[in-house]
Amino acid sequence: MKNEKLDQLYRSVIMDHYKTPRNKGVLDEGNVTIDMNNPTCGDVIHLTLQVEDDIVKDAKFEGEGCSISMASASMMTQLVKGKNTEDALHAAHAFSDMMLGKDVDDTVDFGDIEALTGVAKFPARIKCATLPWKAMEKGIAHDSE
Amino acid sequence: MLNPDIRNDFPILDQEVNGFPLVYLDSAATSQKPRQVIEVLEHYYNYDNANVHRGVHTLGNRATEDYEGARETVRKFLNASSDKEIIFTRGTTTALNLVADSYGRANISEGDEIIITYMEHHSNIIPWQQLAKATGAVLKYINLEEDGTVSLEKVSDAMTDRTKIVSIMYVSNVLGTVNPIKEITEIAHAHDAIMVVDAAQAAPHIALDVQDLDCDFLAFSGHKLCGPTGIGALYGKKALLEAMEPTEFGGEMIDFVGLYDSTWKELPWKFEGGTPIIAGAIGMAAAIDYIQAIGLDAIEQHEHELVAYAMEQMKSVEGLEIYGPRDAGKRAGIITFNLEGVHPHDLATVLDMNGIAVRAGHHCCQPLMKWLDVSATARASFYLYNTKEDADRLVEGLRMAKEYFQ
Repeated sequence: MKNEKLDQLYRSVIMDHYKTPRNKGVLDEGNVTIDMNNPTCGDVIHLTLQVEDDIVKDAKFEGEGCSISMASASMMTQLVKGKNTEDALHAAHAFSDMMLGKDVDDTVDFGDIEALTGVAKFPARIKCATLPWKAMEKGIAHDSE
Repeated sequence: MLNPDIRNDFPILDQEVNGFPLVYLDSAATSQKPRQVIEVLEHYYNYDNANVHRGVHTLGNRATEDYEGARETVRKFLNASSDKEIIFTRGTTTALNLVADSYGRANISEGDEIIITYMEHHSNIIPWQQLAKATGAVLKYINLEEDGTVSLEKVSDAMTDRTKIVSIMYVSNVLGTVNPIKEITEIAHAHDAIMVVDAAQAAPHIALDVQDLDCDFLAFSGHKLCGPTGIGALYGKKALLEAMEPTEFGGEMIDFVGLYDSTWKELPWKFEGGTPIIAGAIGMAAAIDYIQAIGLDAIEQHEHELVAYAMEQMKSVEGLEIYGPRDAGKRAGIITFNLEGVHPHDLATVLDMNGIAVRAGHHCCQPLMKWLDVSATARASFYLYNTKEDADRLVEGLRMAKEYFQ
């Protein structure tokens, strides 16, 4: 089957992250735990972060959701690992802009995550992509209080 | 099968979505509206719009006549014995909340029991949860049979001397199951409990007769039976409604207002606070006329044939699991399913890209999703304007999704 629009959404890198997610599981040394869900569709994410000295040392997730939400969680955890919290929050902001089709701050190196830009053309699916990022934002904001 | 020319009554169906002719399979969420209903709404706003029960002018009279005429249409639709038993509400949810708030708070006390089932829609769970919390009553769930049906034995087993309310959906919006409401009502009455029926998914598909069912309350929405959104009705037995207090105060429901005390109009207006949903009621009546002209029995038969056909075709898709009764004769026009390896949201997106509209998610039935042990499902719901070609397109779309995600 060939469908250009679908190919824009489901790029091979997304399918790869969906089928073999990175950082799947729960961190034993995690000190930040966030559960978030999308009540309209039933997607859930359980994110654990290990944050020390304002650095996200490690991140893992578990969840139930579509390919977009799970691939996004896999990519997000990869990106934040090793970043300081300020940069992680900054990336979350830039990601949200990307989903809304806005110009993206080019100081953030998204790498593979740019494969998710296609989601912007599917308004009903934007929330799927942003759920893990919102969880990360909430976790870091909560931790720094 | 119904004459496929019926499709011509629905202007919205004549369009392409994402480059393909639209196949609308989400009628359980909301049905499409025929020209005949749209024209009645347009005519009302163009020629008759005025408030009801107050103006002495001609337009006021016309609006009042049409609004009360709509009530008579609903009375006949449900075969209620009096139009005092028909309360216009915003829809099924508001109607069920009204019963819980008014009848419930006046008649339920600590230790009393309210019985519902695992298949209920959130609208028929949360009002009872709230009532139980407020009064100290116990909310009990009837477990389902393996095929997603409700057994009369389990209903009987659940009943005790403290059971005061039994509230069950007529047709499941997920499983498609048609519940034996008449028999359940008999059991409830044998224990002096009242029977509340959520008919949101039944009213568009099955001929209703509240006198034959003998239920005490029954709620449905207009937008699922070809009418506008924001309108529905509550049927209640007159003696019960007469003994109940309104839950909304002001506007249309007022009789006399003093400085510190007021009185209410008689039935049914005492439950219709504010300016009522006039155009909505008139539009819903037009929708009822429309589906009755086609015939509820003919619609039910059409859906049975469509669902039987679709289920048979769907069998050929490997890895497809269908929930609810296997026997198409036991279900209304709803098929809920999951395709192995494809999340329902991804499935819905693939289908959408092929012009096919289905629902994906928990369908406002989270306890039922838990019972099915899934986080979400996809649902195709058929109505009078759907055809076997629509079912074929769905099956073709499912195959594509399977291939795409392999």
